[in-house]
Amino acid sequence: MSWLSKVRNSLSGLAKSDTPDTLWMKCPSCGEMLFAKDFEANLSVCTKCEHHGRIGAKARFDQLLDAGYTVLPTPKVPENPLNFRDTKKYPDRLKAARAATPYPDALTNALGTIEGTKAVLGVQDFKFMGGSMGMAVGEAFVAGADRAIAENCAYVICTAAGGARMQEGILSLMQMPKTTVATRRLAAAGLPYIVVLTDPTTGGVTASYAMLGDVQIAEPGALIGFAGQRVIQDTIREKLPDGFQRAEYLHAHGMVDMVVHRKDLKGTLAMLLGYLARKEVA
Amino acid sequence: MISFLDFEKPIAELEARIAELRATADGSDLDIDSEIGKLAKKSAGMLMATYARLTPWQKTQVARHPQRPHMVDYLRLIFTDFVPLAGDRTYGEDAAIIGGLATLDGRKVMLIGHEKGHDTPSRIKHNFGSAKPEGYRKAIRLMQMASKFGLPVVTLVDTAGAFPGIEAEERGQAEAIARSTEACLALDVPMVAAILGEGGSGGAVAIAAANKVLMLEHSIYSVISPEGASSILWRTSDKAADAATAMKVTAQDLLALKVIDAIVPEPTGGAHRDPATTARSLADALGRELSTLAAYTPAEIVRQREDRFLAIGSL
Ligand SMILES: [Zn+2]
Repeated sequence: MSWLSKVRNSLSGLAKSDTPDTLWMKCPSCGEMLFAKDFEANLSVCTKCEHHGRIGAKARFDQLLDAGYTVLPTPKVPENPLNFRDTKKYPDRLKAARAATPYPDALTNALGTIEGTKAVLGVQDFKFMGGSMGMAVGEAFVAGADRAIAENCAYVICTAAGGARMQEGILSLMQMPKTTVATRRLAAAGLPYIVVLTDPTTGGVTASYAMLGDVQIAEPGALIGFAGQRVIQDTIREKLPDGFQRAEYLHAHGMVDMVVHRKDLKGTLAMLLGYLARKEVA
Repeated sequence: MISFLDFEKPIAELEARIAELRATADGSDLDIDSEIGKLAKKSAGMLMATYARLTPWQKTQVARHPQRPHMVDYLRLIFTDFVPLAGDRTYGEDAAIIGGLATLDGRKVMLIGHEKGHDTPSRIKHNFGSAKPEGYRKAIRLMQMASKFGLPVVTLVDTAGAFPGIEAEERGQAEAIARSTEACLALDVPMVAAILGEGGSGGAVAIAAANKVLMLEHSIYSVISPEGASSILWRTSDKAADAATAMKVTAQDLLALKVIDAIVPEPTGGAHRDPATTARSLADALGRELSTLAAYTPAEIVRQREDRFLAIGSL
């Protein structure tokens, strides 16, 4: 369990304002002891070193959308199509993930406005089975894009995933072309598709919709890549360069447009939508 | 000489016994001839029985057999007038993906596929079939050219996966794969993909998002290698066989899941025992699909391909 999930679990059942003032945590980056309440109030960014903590869909919606947004239903998909079990049954893993997070799978969409401009915002929650892309994520992505087309607005996606959901085997791999059909539909409709890469975004998610944005934004320090670092190290048997596969590294290599601090993210999105969004027909 | 896989050991022993008898027989002793005949019949029967019920893990080994015919073998056996086209016009030429203009039974196509190599120098040249971003960007370039000149696209997929390396990441492996998949979906000409051996994850799907997807009888297609799944999901290196079964990686599994459209039969004992016959079956299967798709309008071709992938996971 990550440090953040530990904190989240200890917070579950408490409304945000009920977070005890005395609950503290240790920043995984600089080791600073922080009050959980201060940390949350600072958008889950370390007040000392600016480390961007992982956050779920609800926190993202609250941070990026204006008040009064609507969380869209997560489409139903066939569950456990391969009748998969590894050390645990797949349905048991789903059940545990659903108990630990508020939404039925790893990708949730909301319809709202960003500083007044309408948008559909999709958020992947790394806490839900590592944000992994199975059929539910693929179907939710398509639904989010289709809703944006129906609303004639942008689709903004905050990615976070270890990759494809292995428990769905080949059916998870097929979500790569499936979600790409959706990004093509957005393009055909002339609507902006903006990707916010958050920590971590790797594997089949990076190698499909996470790299196809009109504008690619990354959060500071986010791990973003195709292959896992251990796999790369096992293959080439060389030391990986400092900052390898981090947001700033991708920016330096021309893979993202900008690295944006979480406090500036909403403003940046609003500015972009101001340029790119379809104007309302009078 | 066919090299035998571990699970073929009883057949290998019989074949060794037959070879031994032949060496001593000198063609004169009728008793030995009939003995050889009996053993040969037994060996053929065992081969047929073994290959009729290969486990997913055994199929994985057949799919990776060092003598299994590769892209270059099919190129030689069933394609004519090949004009190789190289380079991504941005960075380099990646021999892990071969492409060019080719003719299949009189039909002009754009041919793109992975090549693994067959000995140490060629394996190094082709990077064991693991492509880098420039390989996928070359594939994109060739697909767009095919569309421009109205040529159908045939892809032959055979890769353990896209190359996991520092330079590949620096040059945008993920973006290259995503754009290659997108290029497949954008094609307004027919596209048929065939998995020859290994269809390894994103590196495979990047050139396999086709109107029709075929698999050779003993090939595999998977989101992660069985070994990778074993280490990640079971946290041990020795559950690859279980992972292969659980993930449903075989052509038969994938046909049942409607992820592929047809299975190309292999001769008894696998493609490596008779590459020419396998290649003929592949050519016939590709031809069948291309003929069917030739009747579609460009808009229908795009739509059919989109619907095919949208349907996977929808209730
Ligand atoms: Zn810190």
